[in-house]
Amino acid sequence: MTFTRALSQVISVVTPLALAPLLLGWVNQVRAWLSNRKGPGILQPYRMLHKLFNKDSVMADTASSLFRFAPYAIFGCMLLANAIIPTLSTDLPLASAADAIALVGLLALARVFISLAAMDIGTAFGTLGARREMLVGFLAEPALLTVLFSASLNGKSTALATIVEAVVHRDFAIYPSLVFAGMAFTLVYLAENSRVPVDNPATHLELTMIHEAMILEYSGRHLALMEWAAALKLFAYSTLGIALFLPWGIGQRATPSSLLLSLPSLGLKLVVIGAVLALVETFSAKLRIFRVPEFLATSFLLGVIGMLTHILLGA
Amino acid sequence: MTELSIQLVNLFASFLLMLAFAMLAQRRVLTLINLYSLQGLTVVAATTVVAHMTHQEHLYYSAVLTLILKVFLIPWILHRLVKRLNVRWDVETLINIPSTMLVGIVLVVFAFNLALPISRLSSSVVPGTLGIALACVLLSFMMMIMRTKALPQVIGFLAMENALFFAATSATYGMPMVVELGIALDVLVGVFILGVFLFQIREQFESLDISHLENLKED
Amino acid sequence: MLNIMTIDWVLWIIGAWIALGLLGIVALHKFALVARVFFPLGAVGGLILAYAAARALVSGRVESKQLALGLPSLPFHLRLDALSAFFLVIIGLASFGISIFAAGYFRNGEGTAPGLLCLEFHFFLASMALVLLADDAYSFMVAWESMALTSYFLVTANHRLPKIRAAGFLYLLIAHIGAIAILLCFGVLQANTGDYTFANMRAQNLSSFWASAAFLLAIFGFGAKAGILPLHIWLPEAHPAAPSPVSALMSGVMLKMAIYGLLRVCFDLLHLHIWWWGVVMLALGLITAIFGVVFAAVQVEMKRLLAYSSIENIGLLFAAMGLALLFRSYGMNALAALALTACLYHVAGHAFFKSLLFLTTGSVLHATGERNLGRLGGLIRFMPWVAWLALIGVLASSGLPPFSGFVSEWLLLQSFLFTPGLPQPFLNMLIPIATASIALTAALAGYAMVKFFGVIFLGQPREEKLSQAHDAGKFEKIGMGWLAILSIGLGVAPNSVIHLIDPVTRGLVGDGIAHNASANGWWLVTPTSIARASYGPLYFLFGVMAACAVAFVLVRLFYHARLRRSAPWGGGHPWRNSRMQDTAEGYGQPIRQIFEPFFHLERHLPKPEDTEPEYSVAVSDKFWEGIYMPIARATEYVSAKVGRLQQGRISIYLLYSFITLLVILLLVPTARR
Repeated sequence: MTFTRALSQVISVVTPLALAPLLLGWVNQVRAWLSNRKGPGILQPYRMLHKLFNKDSVMADTASSLFRFAPYAIFGCMLLANAIIPTLSTDLPLASAADAIALVGLLALARVFISLAAMDIGTAFGTLGARREMLVGFLAEPALLTVLFSASLNGKSTALATIVEAVVHRDFAIYPSLVFAGMAFTLVYLAENSRVPVDNPATHLELTMIHEAMILEYSGRHLALMEWAAALKLFAYSTLGIALFLPWGIGQRATPSSLLLSLPSLGLKLVVIGAVLALVETFSAKLRIFRVPEFLATSFLLGVIGMLTHILLGA
Repeated sequence: MTELSIQLVNLFASFLLMLAFAMLAQRRVLTLINLYSLQGLTVVAATTVVAHMTHQEHLYYSAVLTLILKVFLIPWILHRLVKRLNVRWDVETLINIPSTMLVGIVLVVFAFNLALPISRLSSSVVPGTLGIALACVLLSFMMMIMRTKALPQVIGFLAMENALFFAATSATYGMPMVVELGIALDVLVGVFILGVFLFQIREQFESLDISHLENLKED
Repeated sequence: MLNIMTIDWVLWIIGAWIALGLLGIVALHKFALVARVFFPLGAVGGLILAYAAARALVSGRVESKQLALGLPSLPFHLRLDALSAFFLVIIGLASFGISIFAAGYFRNGEGTAPGLLCLEFHFFLASMALVLLADDAYSFMVAWESMALTSYFLVTANHRLPKIRAAGFLYLLIAHIGAIAILLCFGVLQANTGDYTFANMRAQNLSSFWASAAFLLAIFGFGAKAGILPLHIWLPEAHPAAPSPVSALMSGVMLKMAIYGLLRVCFDLLHLHIWWWGVVMLALGLITAIFGVVFAAVQVEMKRLLAYSSIENIGLLFAAMGLALLFRSYGMNALAALALTACLYHVAGHAFFKSLLFLTTGSVLHATGERNLGRLGGLIRFMPWVAWLALIGVLASSGLPPFSGFVSEWLLLQSFLFTPGLPQPFLNMLIPIATASIALTAALAGYAMVKFFGVIFLGQPREEKLSQAHDAGKFEKIGMGWLAILSIGLGVAPNSVIHLIDPVTRGLVGDGIAHNASANGWWLVTPTSIARASYGPLYFLFGVMAACAVAFVLVRLFYHARLRRSAPWGGGHPWRNSRMQDTAEGYGQPIRQIFEPFFHLERHLPKPEDTEPEYSVAVSDKFWEGIYMPIARATEYVSAKVGRLQQGRISIYLLYSFITLLVILLLVPTARR
């Protein structure tokens, strides 16, 4: 019994680890299609990771120990975040270790580390990226919290597994507050994953980049870990969105077979989410950096209104 | 069945609130018109659900009337106006959107406290929606105040009417048919008159910026 | 040993501290003796105090005692209950680290003589402990005032600088205005019985008007000490002025005495609880928190930044207390206990991490002589110990798991999420807004702290001389290390701490959360039930560490560990220097822009024709201009008017006396009638 539980926990950690680059590849591929390009194929992120791991790591001679330690810490945080989110099943041994608030804390921890690492070398780009990342973060984090609070008011719990259970296995109910929460979450999702209206994952133009500016000094295996962590973050946010707004299909039991059963529905939802994300990115133009706080504040306030409607309408 | 209907009405109510906030924060005129017709559609859906739930036939008629008038006809007129007035790319210079929304949140809390005693009295099965409708009215009003261009103000006025209509259907299951017809006609005529006004304003000032109207006062 | 009462232990420690202080006078200029012997001895005293108080806390006994000190008929009533024991534990634990640090910190020949510093420092500790023991208004005020005075002298240790004297004066002024309010509050509480013991105040049943008056006076009086808006003005002046161990003691421990006082008055001495008290406190707390953190994010001086961050944390404590009051007024004691637990947890957490951060600024100051963030940078290479210890403090203070700040924040948010049970719809509507403000504050705290750490310790040194910086000494390392261990310990073993807090909340609101919290094992906190919310910091710590380790091992196993060093890439720019990094001002720029209405900004922009263009921006507090300057001007005006009475001629003074005499003689018959 404990063995199967442990095994299913391992599966639910390995699945994101393996699938995260695929999701990224899928989004990039759809973006390429939408802009009439052929695209590199959805397996490209794996090839890139393999290439980066094989390369020597070149590190600035002024880099401190924090700079070397940070990629592992960020990767670890993102992996743990994926383990916390009920992706395949709501009954996992690690699920009780952290609730929605702790998840946000974990993502914030990763953000602090990546910003600090960016400031470590002391180049103009790194500090610029770090400042912008913290700017995005200090508004996106409370926005995400309000979204999660709306959901937890509905589920009467901050435990993600209970929230999912409440929606899937209780009597069917429509939660109006989720309209606002969903809208707010979409904005946070775009901002936190360095997607187009806020940041552009494909750019290296100094005036616009945020995430890329921070990892500019990394190379080789450290860069590979950073890129993988970014893919894991996208995966975590996607599965979090699924858990909050489209949880049907997530298994209830912690057996390997039930986990495998919920895999197809997860895959299908991720395909749709990835395609929609690519569509949104293609259709929107990048915001000026001064407009970003407005964008995020809107998301934050939408989250607040979501909580408010829950209390007002009592549902 | 009723349970589901109530939830649906609540859902549409929160859609309406969402659209009201979206209109408050929207800078482009064309998107504003689209949001308006979306709002009309939400009202239609809510009215249909209420009609189904309470078996009141006349609500179906008013739903159809709303559909024709507010989802198709008025937006069409507005689109034509935009084209004729050539204000397609007009962008409002709004002050800070977040602070506007913050004020909006305060209005929502205020509206709910105001509506609380009323909805306790009313016989409606969906008490929360009256507060939302009131909040939408206030938000549309605020939108009218914040705008400097004439056309968005007209849209704010129309949005306010939508919210009032929703208040009527959700709180008291609609007004008598005659009243509703009258209001619908009023709105239509209002749009025409305002359209004429807009042309006149532009003739006079070569712009739809209503700050020019300030020149009319006598010093 | 066992039959000696704990209160005696505490009194012995207080006595020992006083004795150490007096010994300091004897050895006025014997620097080595004072620094290397007296301060460590005082530190050991702190540890014993913490142990004794913790035992009292666990045993749950309430002990009282009378000391025949002071005026003949006014003995000192002393009492040790769970609340004071909890705060005594905090004093003991924090002062141990700070005293050890101080042993290595104070340098000979700077400002006040070492022996005098020893006196002030230990008297300060003793008076704080005495505040916690006091059981009547008289001894409370004596201890409270000596706490203010000793800390004033400590703040002005470097009294040759006029700026520091001014900061000290401001502190003393506000402390005394606060003390007057506290005195009046006690006056209201004793309800004309003339008996100023706390036991008598507990027995009084005040009307709602007088109870509210007492409550408001308490908020004003203790708020002045805690630094609540708009009485926060002394904090950002006094903290940078004081030597670092003193700032640590003041910010980490002394501010908590004000929290203790409020808890004592609101939950122990007053029985009546009116719902709007909670709202007032909650609103004050939230405004203070947001204000403090926004200002912290734009500061350019490291100790000012921490001072504003203290204001933020005090705001959070007020919010938690306000919520507890709100629950209490509706009789929801279990939830009040939850909010109160969050409050007390944060009291402990803040005491340790803020002390730690102030101490690290002390080490930086000693190593570089620089307190301006804009001239620091890259110190992690020269002082790695201080940097990594500071990182722990920074992570704890940003409220990140698995450190101490997160647990209290988590508990606070949990208690907010339970509020939809309140019977008033209006209050329920305010809760989402309050919750969102807390979330925003927490995230902004992260911003300020990343700025603090990143600008001081990371990047390139912004000045040449920084490469001469040396790491902290042995004593300093031990002191900071101790506080860092406490910060981590508080983060990973929440249930042990909650067990210590439990008797306190049981004493104040008659309920506790310890039983529920550890129902699912020691490693998992569950405030109500496991389905509702749970948090297991140890899983967290090991999860992240395991993931790091596995990643590390796998990379080494499948690939390689080759590493080349070269010049930084930096986008390929051929020339660059350390001045091209973000300055502290630059890092605060987004916050300045977004929260512009908060600040009083003075910008100096370069002109096109300037040959040496310079940009500068100064951020100051609007409250100075808005509240304090008008008051100061009014005072000056009135005193100028009064000054006219002073003519300098003796006959005019005699005339004044004569007129006074006449007026009194006129009044006497009317009074008789």
